[in-house]
Amino acid sequence: MLAFFIRRVGQSLFVIITMATLVFFGVNVVGDPVAMLVAPDADQAEIERVIRDFGLDKPIIQQFGLFLKGLTRGDFGNSFIFGEPAIELILDRLPATLELAIGALLLSIVIGLPLGLVAGLFPDHWGSKTIMALSIFGFSLPTFWVGILLIMTFSVSLGWLPSTGRGDTVSVLGLETSLFTLDGLTHLALPALNLALLKISLVIRLTRASVRETMQQDYIKFARAKGLSEFRIVRVHVLKLVLIPIVTVLGLEFGNLIAFSVVTESIFAWPGMGKLLIEAVLQLDRPIIVAYLMLIVVVFVTINLIVDLTYTALDPRVRLGGEKA
Amino acid sequence: MIAKSLNSPLALFLRRFSDNNVAVFAALGLIVIIALAIFAPWITPQNPYDLAQVDILDARLPPGEEAFAGFTFILGSDGAGRDVFSAILYGLRISLSVGVASGLIAMAIGTFIGLIAAFAGGRTDAIIMRIVDLQLSFPAILVALMLVAVLGKGVDKVLIALVVVQWAYYARTVRGTALSERKKEYVEAAQNLGLSAKRVLFFHVAPNCLSPLIVVATIQTAHAIALEATLSFLGLGLPQTEPSLGILIANGYEYMVSGKYWISVFPGLALLCTVFCINLTGDQLRDVLNPRLSK
Repeated sequence: MLAFFIRRVGQSLFVIITMATLVFFGVNVVGDPVAMLVAPDADQAEIERVIRDFGLDKPIIQQFGLFLKGLTRGDFGNSFIFGEPAIELILDRLPATLELAIGALLLSIVIGLPLGLVAGLFPDHWGSKTIMALSIFGFSLPTFWVGILLIMTFSVSLGWLPSTGRGDTVSVLGLETSLFTLDGLTHLALPALNLALLKISLVIRLTRASVRETMQQDYIKFARAKGLSEFRIVRVHVLKLVLIPIVTVLGLEFGNLIAFSVVTESIFAWPGMGKLLIEAVLQLDRPIIVAYLMLIVVVFVTINLIVDLTYTALDPRVRLGGEKA
Repeated sequence: MIAKSLNSPLALFLRRFSDNNVAVFAALGLIVIIALAIFAPWITPQNPYDLAQVDILDARLPPGEEAFAGFTFILGSDGAGRDVFSAILYGLRISLSVGVASGLIAMAIGTFIGLIAAFAGGRTDAIIMRIVDLQLSFPAILVALMLVAVLGKGVDKVLIALVVVQWAYYARTVRGTALSERKKEYVEAAQNLGLSAKRVLFFHVAPNCLSPLIVVATIQTAHAIALEATLSFLGLGLPQTEPSLGILIANGYEYMVSGKYWISVFPGLALLCTVFCINLTGDQLRDVLNPRLSK
C-alpha cells in the first residue's frame, strides 16, 4: 500500500509539473505576453520598460525557472487590474465556488439517485423510459441557456428567487458561507440547480446501469431465496453496491462542477472564482489566468488522487500488484 | 433478389435503427435541421445580415408582428430589427459548420494517433495514452477556455480549441478498436500477402474501426456545437461577425429582463433541438452499431 501511495503521489506531482510547463509555454510562447501587458498605444520606451520589469528579456528557460520558483510559493505575481496577488484574489473567491459546487452535487444526488433507482428496477416500464429520454434531454440542455430561462421564470416573471449575487453570509469555522442563512440559500437555489442539471442526468444513467447489473448477481437471487422482502434487498444489498461507482464518479465530477461553474457564475453574477476567470480572460489579466489554471490543476490532481486511494481502500476486489490477497 | 436487398447491411442497419421510434423521430428532425441550415437563404424571409433588407424601426417586435417589408416576424425581431427566425437559420449554418468541421479534423487527427498507438505498442503507445488520459481528465470547457484565453478570438482559434478538446476521444476509441481488430485473421492474411504495415493499417484496419468512430463522432459533434455556443455566449468564442446560435442568445440576453424573451429563447430552443436530436441519434447508433449487442 505504501509503495502504491508513493507511486501515485509521484504521478500526481509529475502531472502538476507537466501542466505548469504547458500553461507557462502556452501563455508565454504561443500568446504574446507583451501584447497582453501593455496598452496598444504604448510607445517603445513603455514597451521596453514592461519587458524589463517582467523579466521578459531573460532567456525563456530562466523565465521558466522563475515561474516554477514562484509556483512553489504560490506566487503568480500581482493582478494587472486589481494590483493584488493573483492567488489571494482567487482564494478569496474559492468558498463561493465550492459552495455552489457542493450545492449542485447534493441536488444531483437527491434528484438523480431515486430516478435512476426506479429506472433500473423497472427497466421496461414506460415511466423508466421517459426518465431515460429525459436524461438525454438533460445532457443536451445548454447550461447557459437554461440559466437564462431559470432567471426569466423564477426571478423576472414569478419573482420567487433572486437571480444575482450570493446573499447574506455567515462565518462558519472562519469561512464566509451562505449555506446557513435563508437569504443565502435562496440565492444559491437557482445557480446550484443550473449547475446540477448535467450531473442529474449522469447520476440517473449511472444508477440505472449499476442497479441493472447488480440485480442480476447471484447474491441477489440468494437474498430472494432467503425470503427477504424486495424493499430490504434494494435498500441493503443493491443500494450499497450501487453507491460505490456513484461516489467514485461524483468525486471525479466535483472538479468538473468547479470548472463548469465558470458558466453558471457568469450568468448568475455569483462572486466565485469562475466569474473572476472570465473577467480576467476578457481583460487579459494574465496572472489571474495562470493562477486559476494552476489552482484547478492542483484541485483536479488532488481529487483524482483521493478518489483513487479511497477506491483502493474501499473496494475489496481491488488488489494491488505485489500484495497477497 | 428481394430477400437479398432486404438483408443488405444498409437495410439491416435501417431496420435495427428504426426499432426505436424516438430515435427515428430525432434522426428525421436532424435531417430537417440540416436542410433548414443549408437552404437558409431560400427559406428565410430576409437575409438578416444584409443591411439593405433590415429596418431598425422593426426592432424588438414580438412574434407575429408584421415587418415594414411586408413579411411576418414569426419568432419576433431582435434589437437591430432582424428577423429572429432568419437569424436562427443563418446561425445554425455557422454553429453546424463549426461543430462538424472541428469534429472532422479531430476525427482525422485522433484516428491517426490512435492507429499509431495501437500498432506501435510499447513505449509509443504508453506515452500517447498517458497524454490522452491527461487530456481527458480535464473538462473540455476548461481546456477550451484556456486555449481561447491564450490564442485569442476568431473562427480559426475556436476551431483549434474545439479540435484540441475532441481528438483524445477519437484516439482512445480507435486505439481500443484497432487493438482488437489487429488480432483478427484478415489482418494476418493481409500481412501474409506481404502488404506494407502502412497499407494494412490505413486500408484494412481503419475502415473496420468506423462504427465506433461514427458513434463518437455524433456525440462529439453535439458537444462541440454546445461548447462553441457556450464560449460564444461568454464572449470568448466566435466574433460578432460570425453570429452563431450562442452569439444570438448572448445578444438577446440583455433584453431578457425587460420581458423580450423571444430574442434569446428561440435561438436557445434551436440549439437545444439540434443537440438533442444529435444525442438521441447517437444513442441509438451506439446500440445498433455495438457488436456486443447485435443478435
